[in-house]
Amino acid sequence: MPTLALSVLVIDENEMRASIIEDGLREAGYANVEIIRDIAGAAQHIENHAPDVIVIDIENPKRDMLEAFFALSRSVQRPIAMFVDQSDSFSIEAAVEAGVSAYVVDGLRKERVRPILEMAISRFRAFSRLQSDLQKAQSALEDRKLIDRAKSILMRSHGYGEREAYEMLRRTAMNKGVKLVDVAQSLLTAESLLTNKDPEESS
Amino acid sequence: MTVHTIRAGFMPLLDACILIVAHEKGFDADEGIRLQLHKETSWANIRDRISVGHFDAAHMLGPMPVAASAGVLPIPMDICVPFAMGLGGNAITVSREMAEALRQTGMCEAFDPARNGQALKLLIDQNTMPRRPVFAVVHPYSGHNYELRYWLAGCAMDPDRDVEIIVIPPVMMPDALRSGHIDGYCAGEPWNTVSVESGYGHILTVKSKIWRSSPEKVLGVRTQFNADHPEIVEALIRALYSAARWCDEAANSEEIDDILQRPAYLDVPAKTLLPVLRGDLADIFGVKHRLNGFFIPFDRAATFPWRSHALWIYSQMVRWGHAPFSQDLVKRVSATYRSDIYRNALKGMGADIPSASLKVEGALTAASAVGSTRSKLFLGPDGFFDGTVFDPDRIKDYVHSQSQNR
Repeated sequence: MPTLALSVLVIDENEMRASIIEDGLREAGYANVEIIRDIAGAAQHIENHAPDVIVIDIENPKRDMLEAFFALSRSVQRPIAMFVDQSDSFSIEAAVEAGVSAYVVDGLRKERVRPILEMAISRFRAFSRLQSDLQKAQSALEDRKLIDRAKSILMRSHGYGEREAYEMLRRTAMNKGVKLVDVAQSLLTAESLLTNKDPEESS
Repeated sequence: MTVHTIRAGFMPLLDACILIVAHEKGFDADEGIRLQLHKETSWANIRDRISVGHFDAAHMLGPMPVAASAGVLPIPMDICVPFAMGLGGNAITVSREMAEALRQTGMCEAFDPARNGQALKLLIDQNTMPRRPVFAVVHPYSGHNYELRYWLAGCAMDPDRDVEIIVIPPVMMPDALRSGHIDGYCAGEPWNTVSVESGYGHILTVKSKIWRSSPEKVLGVRTQFNADHPEIVEALIRALYSAARWCDEAANSEEIDDILQRPAYLDVPAKTLLPVLRGDLADIFGVKHRLNGFFIPFDRAATFPWRSHALWIYSQMVRWGHAPFSQDLVKRVSATYRSDIYRNALKGMGADIPSASLKVEGALTAASAVGSTRSKLFLGPDGFFDGTVFDPDRIKDYVHSQSQNR
């Protein structure tokens, strides 16, 4: 059996991450990739298809169920071992760091499985980066909105232009040694106290 | 003085209270260490993270380190057990439908493992149930699995033939019972009471009735970490010892509940844990009782890592075909539980520590004074519900007699 004919089962409740891994494996030439969202379905799938490699998110709370299923299953003849090789502590650590856990049919040579695990690890990492970039972008957007609202208060109350209002906030932040967004937040809070409005509603 | 940080993993369960309280009440700081706690989502994660060195120590099911030293875990885990995290704390809950059928046999009695087990045996023999009863446990290598099996076998049922035993995380047990996916389960609290309160489950019996003063979770420490930092491990044991003593005081129940219910820990509604901490549980008829010794965090040497506990677990792994038997493995399993580290750590604290590292389990029918450093230590009662005893020096005979009964 050529390496690329190995069948891979990906169990992931996160659809986006699952498809990122699937794409990666397919691009690398693995045609035999299946995705399942729930462990309950996985048990049946493993019974029927006996995949060579199973990849699962390490945070999945049903991992204990999955492992017990391996131990109990009579139809999966070959015992399934954890990771590529029990002595391969480097790849175990890399996988745990990345949040991947993988199970491999015992007896498969490790050089055949290693590219699959490496692909899963790099895709998990890419997904975490994507998520943290997204979070950063979101919080930057939130900050921008707060600062815009603070500017408009200054423009209204002091008759400042937009540039002057921004300079005012920036200077205050520098003098106080705090972040611009924190000055904006303080101003919004103060304004809501003075006008008796919920700061979330003021604009 | 530098404060050494210890990274410790835990699962959000009642008996993690010793670790959590050690941190929240500053028992760690008193010993010059800082516990950095990490909540985990599966025992597999605890195993993996301690194996690769993300954790120095962790809250563990007693059979996990035993399985590791018997070499049956999917990845090697080189850990030792210098501290036990209390005794008891589990129960066996069945669905409303099964409870009704059991009551109709007329044989049930509050929490009585023998009578309620006979009732279940009768139902199975009559073969009137829609399917072979499905019971869930939290992990294959768990006290839950072995006490459920011990109870079933002690009531003349075969856990591998008369029922089906599957694994479900404890948090998901109440839903699995409610949906009819399973007929019963053995889990730690509060997951039994949660089913009782919702009206979908009844508690058939409890761990402390199947085997009184029986072992449950332990503290697993990476062997390498202990070798590198023995003084820090000893400080950790002193901190946990003080925390366990604090947890055992009835006056602290409300504060324990308040700490444990927080989102960072168990994340359950406030007051959920109060009944359990007091040992208040409802029996199969719905009648509430106060069970003494349901969960013991400190009393009766509850934190002492008895080698006979490790060996009993190993005997059951052999009994059910989960591990091979050899004298070499007996030695290895026994050596995993480090009563020597425990003694060393606590010798300056005026703690009352057992003189022996093994005991004949099930031999004490009443609380009895035993040899200890201060001669004021009471152990037991520690009887098994079927009246048998486990002599750790005769483990092979014990396993042999159990397979004869099968």
